[in-house]
Amino acid sequence: MSRSTPFAERVRALWRFLAQTGRLIVGVPDYDVYLAHMRRVHPDREPLDREAFFADRMQARYGRGASRCC
Amino acid sequence: MAVAKYVGWALLSLFAAFCLGTVALSRGETISAFWVVAAAVSIFTIGYRFYSKFIAEKALGLDPTRATPAWRRNDGLDYVPTDKRVLYGHHFAAIAGAGPLIGPVLAAQMGYLPGMLWILFGVLLAGAVQDFMVLFLSVRRDGRSLGDMIRSELGNAAGSVAMIGILAIMVILLAVLGLVVVKALAVSPWGTFTVAMTIPIALLMGVYLRWLRPGRIMEVSILGLVLLLASIWVGEWVANSPTWGPAFTFDGKALAWMLIAYGFVAAVLPVWLLLAPRDYLSTFLKIGTVVLLAIAIGVAMPELKMPALTKFVDGTGPVFSGSLFPFLFITIACGAVSGFHALISSGTTPKMLDNERDARMIGYGGMLMEAFVAVMALIAACVLDPGLYFALNSPPALIGTTVESAAQTISGWGFVITPEMLSATAVEIGESTVLSRTGGAPTLAVGMAQILHGMVGGSGMMAFWYHYAILFEALFILTTLDAGTRVARFMIQEVIGTVYAPFRRTESWTANIVCTGLAVAGWGWFLYQGVVDPLGGINTLWPLFGIANQMLASMALIFVCVAMVKMKRTRYLWIPALPTVWLLVCTMTAGWQKLFHPDPKIGFLANAGKFGDALARGEVLAPAKSLKDMERIVFNNQLDAALCVLFMSVVLLMLAFAIRAMLAAHRAQGPTAQENEYVALDAVR
Repeated sequence: MSRSTPFAERVRALWRFLAQTGRLIVGVPDYDVYLAHMRRVHPDREPLDREAFFADRMQARYGRGASRCC
Repeated sequence: MAVAKYVGWALLSLFAAFCLGTVALSRGETISAFWVVAAAVSIFTIGYRFYSKFIAEKALGLDPTRATPAWRRNDGLDYVPTDKRVLYGHHFAAIAGAGPLIGPVLAAQMGYLPGMLWILFGVLLAGAVQDFMVLFLSVRRDGRSLGDMIRSELGNAAGSVAMIGILAIMVILLAVLGLVVVKALAVSPWGTFTVAMTIPIALLMGVYLRWLRPGRIMEVSILGLVLLLASIWVGEWVANSPTWGPAFTFDGKALAWMLIAYGFVAAVLPVWLLLAPRDYLSTFLKIGTVVLLAIAIGVAMPELKMPALTKFVDGTGPVFSGSLFPFLFITIACGAVSGFHALISSGTTPKMLDNERDARMIGYGGMLMEAFVAVMALIAACVLDPGLYFALNSPPALIGTTVESAAQTISGWGFVITPEMLSATAVEIGESTVLSRTGGAPTLAVGMAQILHGMVGGSGMMAFWYHYAILFEALFILTTLDAGTRVARFMIQEVIGTVYAPFRRTESWTANIVCTGLAVAGWGWFLYQGVVDPLGGINTLWPLFGIANQMLASMALIFVCVAMVKMKRTRYLWIPALPTVWLLVCTMTAGWQKLFHPDPKIGFLANAGKFGDALARGEVLAPAKSLKDMERIVFNNQLDAALCVLFMSVVLLMLAFAIRAMLAAHRAQGPTAQENEYVALDAVR
């Protein structure tokens, strides 16, 4: 999109919000946030790529069994 | 401006009182669901605005300047400061399960009023308070788990007792949820086929996510959803096929064995293959269905046909035995107060809280949403014709196995229904029978089907919606069986590991197989016992589960009380103490009655005695078919009694530990709570 109207901006922000919520609902936090954090705090370390990040989070969520409510 | 605001709240309070009055005092034939929904929404709004604010500001002293664990330990993975609306979604999805959909359905046998009042006021004063306060305490302790916090504030012995309690409740929870699935799928080829299809669908999703398109959650979920809906559609054809129909028709015992085998295999498979993809499906499906149901109730505003109160408040009801006090308060656990939430509130949520202030909306507000789901389930059960409700929920021992006998018995209870109506409903929903489909799920499914049918109708849609609702519940429960078996496995490994160290190694295959086997054997035993139970199983197991869940809530609330005293906030001790005392009274009374009540339908020991005496005389009582069956019934009742004693002892022990800790904290000069040091948010941001 070359021209971005405030409306398109808002739709994109809403989409991002929904995607973030949807992912966190199943235990996957935001990758961009992670990447930004790694670049800022640990510039010396190689961050996980998107796929490895996803696999890591899946294991973290379900590895020991998720205790979910009845 | 301030005056206008108070006038607004005063008007809302008047409106809430009016709705509640209408619901409580209505003596007409039926009442619109509108009044129930309106009462719930206005009461929740008022409770949130005033009580949770009071707890946040006065009792707990939430400090917006204090850095949360998400900021202090930010790692971009587990500890991530998260937008409160995003986190609300995460938290709600984690606390919402099948429980709030089942308890209210069972409690509807006493009429809609008792269940509704307990949900509305229970959540304000007990459930939401527990979730909120535990979340806060965990945030002040680096997001540590409930068991960990109990250990550090009440000592190691209390921690071990709590762990045994959590393991026992896990076993009973899984057994009762398994039983709900068995009851819903027994002799239902359509339902069995669609639920069985979720396994290959999940495997396909797992492979897709692992190798084809890693991380594409939305894509794979949509793919899964489309396949699921297709399998409901194919299910009708399968059920009507002369070759495939019988191949997917199983009785309860066969289904129980399949579920046990499935639970074992699922729990040892890698998580990416089955558990994770199916959890994605069931979680999104659950959120979608809850929203759909809310819209449908909002649009259709159905009439509640169940009376406000039925004669079964006296404890003679067919769905579960025991009088309103204490059994209503343990039958509806999730939705009003659920101990399980204490595990979630001290799980991943506290590690992602952006600001202490947000704990109010997420902890208290999240639980209010769950209570709203429970209210909707209650509405769905109460829109059914009461005669149909009792036909669905009464065991065959009471109403027989033909529509004629069922209609006659139920009409005799004062809920008029004809055999033709029962047969017609079965045809409408595409099942062979509606009799004794206990466990709550089929009732909810018929109710949901009626409500959704009012919104999106068409011929044959009733059957589609019915099987959609069954699928949705079963999918959810299968995920819980899988995940819960894993949790139990690691707990057992830890327990055995204290005696025999090699079992602590989580990567050991021997330990994995043995401990998974033990976990499955534990819940499988109670599941099988429920399937062959004379009163249909739910009657026995649901109260045990309710007692266990409320016991966990009492433990969590007892811990909160101790923490309040240690923080030297004794002035506000009544806030957690009020629900603690109420839950202790309910669980202890219910536990006592389950043990010693002279009525064999209620008391385990009385029932064991009844069958034991007959056995001694060499008689065989139905449903036992042989003396061996009789022996098993006696033993199972004694085992249930033992479990009940275990639950009660765990609570009493916790109480003793807590009183000791509180007295010590009271004598101490300053606060003794083991919180993290204060770190200013601005210093770490």
